[in-house]
Parts: sequence; C-alpha cells; structure tokens
Amino acid sequence: MGVALARAAQWTAAGSGTGRLEITPLNEALLNQIIKFAEDFSTKHPQEAAFVFREPLEWKTQLDSSVFKEGYEVKEAVVQSEARSKDGQPLLILSASTLKVRSFDQLSRLLQIAVEKQLKEVQACLEANRDPIVKILGPEYGTVEGEDTSILHLFDKVKKDSGLETELKMKILLLLHQLDLQLLNSSLKQISQDVRLNPAAVNNEVNLLKNFSGKGEDTVLESLEYTSDYMFSNGCRAPPWRQVHGEICYLVIKPHDTDPLSITCSTAGVFLNGGKDIDYERKSELYKDIVTFLRERSPRFVENMAKQVFSGQSQSLRDFTEKDAYEKSSLVGRKSSKERLKPRIDWKNTGKTSSSLEDVGESSSETDEDEKPLRRQESSTDISPEYWGIQKLTKYVKGGDPTATVIALCSMRDYNLSQETCQQAIVDTGCLEVLINLLDTEEIKCQAGSLKILKEISQNMMIRHAVADLGGLEVMVKILDSPDIDLKCLAAETIANVARFKRARKTVRQHGGIKRLVGLLESVSVGPSYQGKETEAARCGALALWSCSKSTKTKKAIRKAGGIPLLARWLKCSEANILIPVVGTLQECASEPSYRLAIRTEGMVEYLVKNLSSEHEELQRHCASAIFKCAEDEETRDLVRKYEGLQPLSVLLDNSENKELLAAVTGAIWKCAISRENVLKFQEYRAVEALVALLTDQPKEVLINVIGALGECCQNEPENRGTVRRCGGIAPLVRLLTATDQALLVNVNKAVGACAMEPESMAIIDSLDGVRLIWSLLKNPHPDVQASAAWALCPCIENAKNSGDMVRSLVGGLELIVNLLKSKDREVVTSVCAAIANIAKDAENLAVMTDHGVVPLLSKLANTNDNKLRRHLAEAVAHCCMWGNNKVAFGETKIVAPLIRYLRSKDPLVHRATAQALYQLSEDASNCVIMHENAVVKLLLPMVGSTDDTLQEAAAGCIANIRRLALATEKAKYG
Amino acid sequence: MSRKAGTFLVDSLIRSAKHCEFNKSEVECLMKLFDTLVAKSSSHFAGAGFDRIVFRDTLHSAFGMTDDVMLDRVFSTFDKENKGSITVVEWVEGLAVLLRGTLEEKMKYCFRVYDLNGDGYISKEEMFQMLKNSLLIQPADEEPDEGIKDLVEIAVKKMDHDHDGKLSFEDFEKSVRDENLLLEAFGPCLPDIKSSIIFEQKVFREVPI
Repeated sequence: MGVALARAAQWTAAGSGTGRLEITPLNEALLNQIIKFAEDFSTKHPQEAAFVFREPLEWKTQLDSSVFKEGYEVKEAVVQSEARSKDGQPLLILSASTLKVRSFDQLSRLLQIAVEKQLKEVQACLEANRDPIVKILGPEYGTVEGEDTSILHLFDKVKKDSGLETELKMKILLLLHQLDLQLLNSSLKQISQDVRLNPAAVNNEVNLLKNFSGKGEDTVLESLEYTSDYMFSNGCRAPPWRQVHGEICYLVIKPHDTDPLSITCSTAGVFLNGGKDIDYERKSELYKDIVTFLRERSPRFVENMAKQVFSGQSQSLRDFTEKDAYEKSSLVGRKSSKERLKPRIDWKNTGKTSSSLEDVGESSSETDEDEKPLRRQESSTDISPEYWGIQKLTKYVKGGDPTATVIALCSMRDYNLSQETCQQAIVDTGCLEVLINLLDTEEIKCQAGSLKILKEISQNMMIRHAVADLGGLEVMVKILDSPDIDLKCLAAETIANVARFKRARKTVRQHGGIKRLVGLLESVSVGPSYQGKETEAARCGALALWSCSKSTKTKKAIRKAGGIPLLARWLKCSEANILIPVVGTLQECASEPSYRLAIRTEGMVEYLVKNLSSEHEELQRHCASAIFKCAEDEETRDLVRKYEGLQPLSVLLDNSENKELLAAVTGAIWKCAISRENVLKFQEYRAVEALVALLTDQPKEVLINVIGALGECCQNEPENRGTVRRCGGIAPLVRLLTATDQALLVNVNKAVGACAMEPESMAIIDSLDGVRLIWSLLKNPHPDVQASAAWALCPCIENAKNSGDMVRSLVGGLELIVNLLKSKDREVVTSVCAAIANIAKDAENLAVMTDHGVVPLLSKLANTNDNKLRRHLAEAVAHCCMWGNNKVAFGETKIVAPLIRYLRSKDPLVHRATAQALYQLSEDASNCVIMHENAVVKLLLPMVGSTDDTLQEAAAGCIANIRRLALATEKAKYG
Repeated sequence: MSRKAGTFLVDSLIRSAKHCEFNKSEVECLMKLFDTLVAKSSSHFAGAGFDRIVFRDTLHSAFGMTDDVMLDRVFSTFDKENKGSITVVEWVEGLAVLLRGTLEEKMKYCFRVYDLNGDGYISKEEMFQMLKNSLLIQPADEEPDEGIKDLVEIAVKKMDHDHDGKLSFEDFEKSVRDENLLLEAFGPCLPDIKSSIIFEQKVFREVPI
C-alpha cells in the first residue's frame, strides 16, 4: 500500500516530513478500505495475523485506557496486551497516549475496540508511519518511488532460505500488495471523476466575478484581486516551484460580510490557504471553483449573486457554478464588448456614489487614487418626461445640419443636466455617442455645444467612463490645439471632469494632453479678441492638470512639459478661481520630491503662506496641504516660519467646522512642528492649547494630524508636556490607544511617549492604565505600531514610580517584548532594545527576561551596521549584564567581537553605549580575553580622553578590568 | 480711383470711429482687394462696387460659407443702400464686423441677417424659411415639414423671452448673451475662426501700397 499512500493520498504539506492526511473524500475512501482490510485480517488470515512486526507501529492515539477490557492488562494509564511475542514482549502497549502495536491480530482487535474512532486511529497511524511495510517487514521492503523491488527482494530471500517466517512474510507482502493495487484502482476512479481546473477557466471565472464586484450594496463581492500581476506564459500566476504542485494562482477575496479570504486555485480545485505571504498550507476543503467556494463562505455572496442573475439573464445561480458557465460568461463578455458604443450604465449606484467616491477637491495620497465603476446588466428604468424631451432633441442633433444641431444642443442645456434622469436619457438615446462624434467635426459651434453638455454630464462617474471608452479624450486632447480659445477652455474643463480615473489620465498623458494643457497656462495672446481670456485658459488648464496630477506619471509629465514655473507664475496672481486649481495641482504633485524641491526653490512657499489667509476655504485647504506635504523638508519648514505662515496656521485651528480644512491645517502644523524653532512659535500662538481642544469628536484624518502635531510639540519642547496635561489632553490621548487605525496608533504612541517624559503626566498616564494599553499595542500586527509602542514604553518605564512592579503586573508582558526581538523589522528591534534597556534596570524583571532568553536574542542582533540599533542594542546589553551569569552568557553567544567593532563607528552615542556594555562584559575573564584578542584597548584608549564623562569612565573601567586580569595571570604564572 | 482719392478715403475710413478695428495698412489691403473684385465683376455698376455674384463667390472661397440663402441675406445686410452692389465703404465696414466685430456688433449684424423682412422681429415664418433645409435626415413617419416646425418651436421656446411668439432684438440679444452659440442660431453668417485667420493672413500679408 506504499505506492497508493505515497501517490494517491492527499497529504497536506507537499513533500515529506510529518505531513498530515487531509480529510478529503478520496482519503476517506482510502482509509475505509484500509480499515476493512485490517479489521478482517485476523479472521481471513489467522496465521499471518500472528506474525510479529519487525518494529511496532507507533502513534499517538486518542483512545483511552478505559476502552481496553478483555485480554488486556490495565495498570493505571498503561495498557499491555496479554498476548505476547516469543521473547515475552506484549504485542500492544499503550502508555501516555502512545500506542505501539506489533501484530495484525492486535491491529484488528484494536480497530474493533475503537469503533467510531477507527478512522481517526488509522489516519494517525498512517501519518506517523508513512511506509508501514518497512515497519512490518523490515527496511528492505520499503517502497521506492518509481519501482517496486520488494517482491523481487523477497524472491531472492525465499531462494536462499525457505523457512516458515519467510513464507509468512511472502504472504503478508502479497496481501499488502494486493491491497495496494486495490487502493490505487479505487483512487484512480475517484481522481478521474474530479474536474481539474485550468488557468483559462480560473481567469474567466475571476473576470466574471470582477464584473460583479466593487463598492456598493448590490455587488457580490467587495473586491477580488490576484496576489500577483505577473502571468507566466502558461497562464499561471503561481511561482514555478508552486506550479509543480498544480497551483495556478492565488487570490485575495473581500466579501461583504466576512474577513478577506486568501485562496489558492490549483488544478485540483480551490481552497483557502494560510494567508497571502508564503503560507501555502491548505486550510479548507477543496472546492471545484471559486463560486462554489464563496457560496460556502459568504451568505451575502449567495444573496447578491442571485440578484445579479435575475437582473441579467433568467439563469439560475446553479448554472453559474456549472462547468459551462465559463462559456456563458465569455459570451456575456463578448456581447458587452460589442455594445461598447452603447454603454450600459448602472444608474442606481452612480449618482450617489460618484460624488463620494472622488471629488476634485479630495486630496489624493501619493498612490493613484482611482474609481472603480460598477457595470451591470441593464436595470429596469422608468421613462421620465426629460427622457422624451431629450430624445426629441437628440433627433435634431443626429439628423440636423450644424445650425439645427446647435439649436438642439443649446436647448438641451436647458434641462438640468446634473440630474440623473437627464444624464441617463442622454446615454439611453444614444446622444452621448453623437456628442463625442461631434467633437471630431470641423464645426466649432457644434464642438463647443457638445463640450458644454459633456462638461456637465461628465460629473457622473459612469458617463466619464463611457466618454473615455468612446475615445472622447483623444479628440478632446486634439481640440486643445484649436485656435479657438473658448473651445480649448471647454475641452480642458471637460478633460478635468473625465480624467478622474487612472485609465483616463493615462489616455490624456499618452496622447500628449499634458503638454497641451501646460500650454494653456502660457498666456500667449495671438490673434484678435484673445485678451482677458488668458486667465480663463489658465484656469481650465490648471483644472485639467489638477485632475490628471493624481497619477504619478502625469506628475512627471507636467514637470517635463515645463509646468512648474508656469504654476509658480500663476501662484502669484490673486484670483481665487485660478489659484484653487493651481494650488490644488501643486499640493497633489508635492508628493513628488522634485516638486517639493521646486516649491521651495522657486519661491512658492511665500505665496502658499500668503494664501493661507485667503477668504476661500478651499484655497486655504490646498495651501495647507501643500505645506503639509512640503514641510517634510527642513528648509521648507524654515521658510514657512520665515514668511510667517505659522500664525495663520494656528489661527485656522479655530475653524473646526470644515473638517477637510482642519485636516490639512493640522497636518501642516504637525510637519512644521518637527523643527524646534517652529514649536516655539506655535507655543507663542497658543497652538498647543487649540490642538488639545481638537482631541475629541474629530474625524480620523484630523485626529491623526492633531496627535502627530502634539507629539512633535511635546517631544521638542518640555514646556508643552505640561500644557497638554493642564489642558486635560492626556486622558483623550490615552483613550485613543484603543483605536484601530495604524497611522493613528503610531502617532498616539508617539504623543503619549512624549508626554510620559514628564513625571507628572506619567502619573496620569499610569492612573489611566496607559502603560498596559501601550504594551498591548506590541501585539499589533503592524511593525510601525509595534515600534512606536516600544519607543513610547521607554519614557514610561523611566518616569513611572515603581515601574518595576508596574511592568511585572502585566501578565506575559516581558515574554511578549523579548519575543519581539525576533521581528524582522529593524525599527521594531531597535525600539525593543531601547525598551529592554529600560526594563532591565529592575533586577527582578531582568531575571524574568533572562528566563525568556533575552541574552541569545540580543546577541543574534549584534551584526549590524545601523548606528541607531547598535546604540540601543549596546545599551540593552549593558543593562542585561546585571543578572546572574548573563555576562558569561553574552560572551558565549559571541557578542563581544561585534560589539568591539561598534567602537569604530562615527557616532559618539554608539561609543558611549558600547563602552558601557564592554565595561560590564569585561567583568568576566573570558570576555576580557576576547576583547584583548580584538585589540580593544587601542580603540578604548582615545575614548578615555573623551569629554563625555560616562564614556570616559566606562572606557577606563573596561581597560582596568583587562589590565587586572593580565596582572593576575602574570602573577599566577610567575609569582 | 485716383491714388489721392484713395488715400483720402482710407483716412476717412480710419477716422470714422466705427472702423478703428482696422489699421491703415489693413484698410488699404481691403481696398486693394475691393479693386480686384470690382474688376472681376462684370456688371455695369463697375466702378461703384461689385455685385451679388462676385460677393457670394468671394465669401464662399474666403470663408467657406456655402448656404445661398444666407449669403443673399449677408449681401443684403452689407448692401445698406440697397443698390444691388457693394461699395468700398460698405465692404470695409461689413468686413470690420465679420472679422473684428465686438459681440454687440455681431449680434446686430446677425439679427439684421435673420430679420428677413426687416420689420425688427424674427418671426416663426422667417425661422422656418431659414431652417427648412437644416434637417439632413427626415424622420420617416412624419410629414416633411413637421420636423422643421418642431425645430422652430424649440428655437422659439429657447429664445423668446417675452413670449410673444416672435424674436425681438432684445430677445435675441438676451439669448446670445446667455449662450454665445446662439449668435448664428439660424444659419452661418459669420466666418469661422480658422478661415478668418487664413483670410487675414492672405489679404494683410500683402505689402501695402
């Protein structure tokens, strides 16, 4: 049965080792056959059943000693069979849940006893004994992959000596072989029934599901993404070494009602894996496709799937899961591509979501923000009076000459085009295509009329996508070359509306739109009647650039097209309606370092500061967020101060109604507060008090920045710690330690840590149980949160009264923090070293940490070039030396030599910490020997002359210890 | 025309406040063009001006205006004295509106073009006349004129602000101020920007006398 087990049975961890047999139908069938075989063995072949195995089959059983009755001797937990082998050994022994069986007879009896647990027992047995034949008959009968020589082997033996035992062995082997064949046969039947997936089928299914995914109530899933964008030529996305195991690709699926599911699609089927990183372990049953899998996992999926199907075709959900669904889905896909010219649009979702999903004013992060359209089968629509009106006008737009077309277009604008019903009518009557086609004509009036409508209706997300699909962007980019400046403005404005999603921005960029839009900012007046229109042109150009600037590549394109000096020029004007898009573009682009440099060097900071005092809140907001992004650079922070921007920022804190403005302003304050001089200014403007007042009832975006700002203020200026405490800021801060947002937690940790530097504040933090909360954040999965929590702990431990008791009171806390030394994140490790250095000041806690193995973990970190880590690591080592024979242990774990290397670093703080650590370590003689071997004295000698007392002392102490040892040895030798 | 008289005319044209859009050399260029057009004109009015056919051909080739009905109306508007020929003053003044006119001037001009009978109103009948050829595709199931009538109704609804069923200049002016595209609501009577740029380049580039 070796072959069947090795090949057919489905083991979880592919490869050898202690794999587990999975509970799959195939395995179950195999196990049942084996059980039947073993159970009947003693009755069918009594002689062979008495054969004593070469080695016992041994496994962990779930059977209790109490089930063994007749024929067994039960002594407490130990069970022995009365039947014994010739040498007097019992044929079955059970002790401490380990079961050893030495004959088929016992095996069949055991299975009869086990009754319901048969399956479990056999499974455990086979898991523990991957090749039972070896144990039963001896290693020479092992199943060798590819060839089965066991029978030949036996023949050889039989030839040599024909004893009873050999004959028995022969029979058993033949019986087992028979079983093996039988198992293989039946498993083959099973396997052949299995539908095997292929990459094309998986891809089809994923695409189909993607069409029905997205935000909103009615979609079947929130999202569904491949973990890898790269597709191998065979259609698989799994890495080659996993393809060997039949795996095709990995997906992360976000259903509406459960946590994200990470799944593997393999040729055998679909199953849940252990998470998107590396863990390929199978965690669920196999399903034949993704839909079947999801049906099991997400009730909402089933529900919404049913809706989708009803609104689409009269096809039952069951059909979708059938194999032929693939054909159907690809058919749907083809149909929709044919209908490209008549985009079907889901109106239920659009109007409401379009405004919330993206907004020109909404600042994007560095990543490209994007919108995801929902495309669905047509839903039933009510026909409105607007529909008839627009349909009638469309007739003239379609069939009229330019004059009639213009009249019709102008009349169409009398409808409220911001209304969904009208937008829907324009799409449904096919007017949208005509509008796009009109753009491609020579008739300026028709182009203008069309653009005026497109400009309005492209506020609608679905229409934006439709316009892009119909090739509208390319034509509009072409229109930017028109000599008619009004037309150019209209085109630019429409582009501004359409280019709010990535693909559209790409189209604009690839068709040279960026250069032309930048051109609109250049106010060159040619020809008649152009005067006074430059501002309008620049405004429209800037609007379009603003929309486009949400993509990283576009930012580069704007820079290359020479947009920065032009933006800088317009920044100096005073009209808000042009300043808003200009500053909007700048703040969007400020995510790029090159722009930040330009903003600083081209003197834009002055104007950004100036417009902070504008009366337009939107403009203020963009200026503040531009400063927010730019103030990452120290020089910009100084410039903001130089142009007196800190005061208007502080003043804007009072405007707590406009949350977006507030978020931008607090962000700017946060970043500006990184410079100490700025903090002093903020203090002067009483910004800290205002910030504390903003700690409650604010949205997350504001809170993150407010707390970031408070953190910086308290970090840089001790006086502010008192201010925060007096204004009652500590309690809300500590309360926020229970938040969930990563960015927020990082800032809260920093702020609480900064406050904890003041003993009085620390007392409050302690009374609010803040240390426990911070400590529990060490368990947060995100490394940034872990690190910030560990940093925050340092001042807490330093400044708390009875910090030793406080730390001890946290159950499991020390183990937790010691184990964080295993983290792969350098910042986490560094911060934890710093925390450990502080904790180790308490001898009792140090003892506990030593028990948890802090010494070898620290030693493992020793080989690093990071000065920050070196410094804190050395500090931790210095403090951890204070317990038991840790000094010796450090030496044994080979930390001394790397530590000595730290002395060559250029950082004086590293020197100080290292010298202290070496001083402690030098108390142990063998460490001294290593130090001496590594020529430490030469490195330490100059440090004795340092102006830093601590360093001086430690270096001298270390040298003294080495010297004393040398003297002692000499004395021993010669004295 | 003697050279002296020409210079005098140029000066008088430039002096007249209305034509400050053109500078001296530009006026001279236009006059030169006028002379060549007059020479082309075969009518017996030669010397005083050129006739409808030459005018039509000129506007057609220069500005790509093709609609005969409209061109006739433009001619009538240019021909203020209603003599069936365009004098040099009418020519320069007319082109001043076409090429450099303010919105105000253009509105007045267009209104005159569209007011077929010159009664100060654009009536539905006049609109019908002007729009009757504007539907390239006739809806199959309707009477041929129905579509045009509907279009006229649409236009009236859009532009007739005082609801008297016809467009006064005030109606027209208000509509155009709201929506510039309605300036040429009932047919093309102004050159588009591309052809006027080309025309200006062609005519004014020539070295002045």
